[in-house]
Amino acid sequence: MSMLSEWQDYLPDFLDGLGVTLELTAVSLLVGLPLGLALALAMAAPRRAVRWPAILLVEVGRGAPALVVLYFVYYGLPQLSLTWSSFVCAAIALGFTTAAYTADIFRAGINSIPVGHREACQALGLSHSKELRLVVLPQAIRVVIPPLVGFCILLYQGTSLAFAVSVPELLSRAYSQASITYQFTATLTLAGLVYGAISLAAVALMRARWPRRAPTVAGAALPPERPDRTNPSWETTSERRER
Amino acid sequence: MSTILSELAAGIPQTIGITLASFVVAAVLGLPLAVLRRSEVWLVRLPAVVVVEVLRAVPPIVWLFLIYYSLGSTDQVRLTTFQAAVIGLGLIYAAHLSEAYRAGLNAVPVGQWEATRALALPRRQMYARVILPQALVVVVPPMATFAIALLKDSAIASVIGATDITFQAVQLTQQDLNGLGNFTVAGLLYIALGVPFALVARGADRVLSRRLVGS
Repeated sequence: MSMLSEWQDYLPDFLDGLGVTLELTAVSLLVGLPLGLALALAMAAPRRAVRWPAILLVEVGRGAPALVVLYFVYYGLPQLSLTWSSFVCAAIALGFTTAAYTADIFRAGINSIPVGHREACQALGLSHSKELRLVVLPQAIRVVIPPLVGFCILLYQGTSLAFAVSVPELLSRAYSQASITYQFTATLTLAGLVYGAISLAAVALMRARWPRRAPTVAGAALPPERPDRTNPSWETTSERRER
Repeated sequence: MSTILSELAAGIPQTIGITLASFVVAAVLGLPLAVLRRSEVWLVRLPAVVVVEVLRAVPPIVWLFLIYYSLGSTDQVRLTTFQAAVIGLGLIYAAHLSEAYRAGLNAVPVGQWEATRALALPRRQMYARVILPQALVVVVPPMATFAIALLKDSAIASVIGATDITFQAVQLTQQDLNGLGNFTVAGLLYIALGVPFALVARGADRVLSRRLVGS
């Protein structure tokens, strides 16, 4: 019971922290999604000089731990005489990681469009930009939304890394309360409950909306969904479309 | 570059140790979770579902804090940073791997399950001799992917003070203020350490597709 009364004292501060967490999630998405789409388009570009740097960025963004990227921005940028607040550093780092992961999702979406559609565009003499804008992207968006939502939930959890550069988000609040009161169990459990409740609610909503997909919340990276000849529920969306 | 590398190399054993030990914990605990989740009795299924969902719904760093500062700092239990990291990451990845195992079990054709029942094989023999050998091959590529993810997540252990690559890079940066260089090398080091897992995944994929073509 004593834990409940302690939680009442912590709650206002924690909700402030949750606000920062959600803000960081939103800003990272605002930075990362357009960049991710740009990288996906660049990865599909015919010219090597465009394609290779994009592939390199995506591979580095997905291959290096998000925490290392965060430290790189936080400790590295001041060397270039760019001193930004820890929130901005976290948003840049998480935005870059978001871009790398979503670039892969966007690329899969674009690749899921049947080749015939693109050939038809060329036969009609549409320009490259019109082909993307009018034919490819409108169809790809529908394919990529479920995995993007799954990634958003991961990103929401991932913002807890910003603790390491002392952004005053949810986990930082819990930790600083704990270092005052020494109630590590009470504070960290409450933080875990807040993170967990929102993640679980989001996952439940997602599954209600797209019931056929495999569950998408995974710690860091999802293995690519693999087609499985014996069990049709494991078909990828693109395969289902091709049929 | 090479001086940075030699400094950060001090953290490689810890990073590899945390990754491998957590992976073993996850691989061992993930299988029973997957089997329980497939049970036809909801009373058996429900606890497994709850455990998997809760483990995945809370960020890894929060789990590590809870285990290290709360559960592992009592008078009875004193956990080292290494132990806390392995318990935390091992449990989280057990939840992830159980999904991979489940997909593997689902990939075994229904006829195989029915055949074991027709032969009246005891449950243990059914799994050990018929189902698992077929399921495990399917599971290897996603497991290798999760191993790479685990390698990257092991960096989080540096936040509770495990002396891994990331920890060494932070220490070094506080001395020489060369964040750009140090964390570039650290990032490349993680990417390089992930290569063997990627090769395993690709090799298993090749075996798998050959098998699918053969059948």
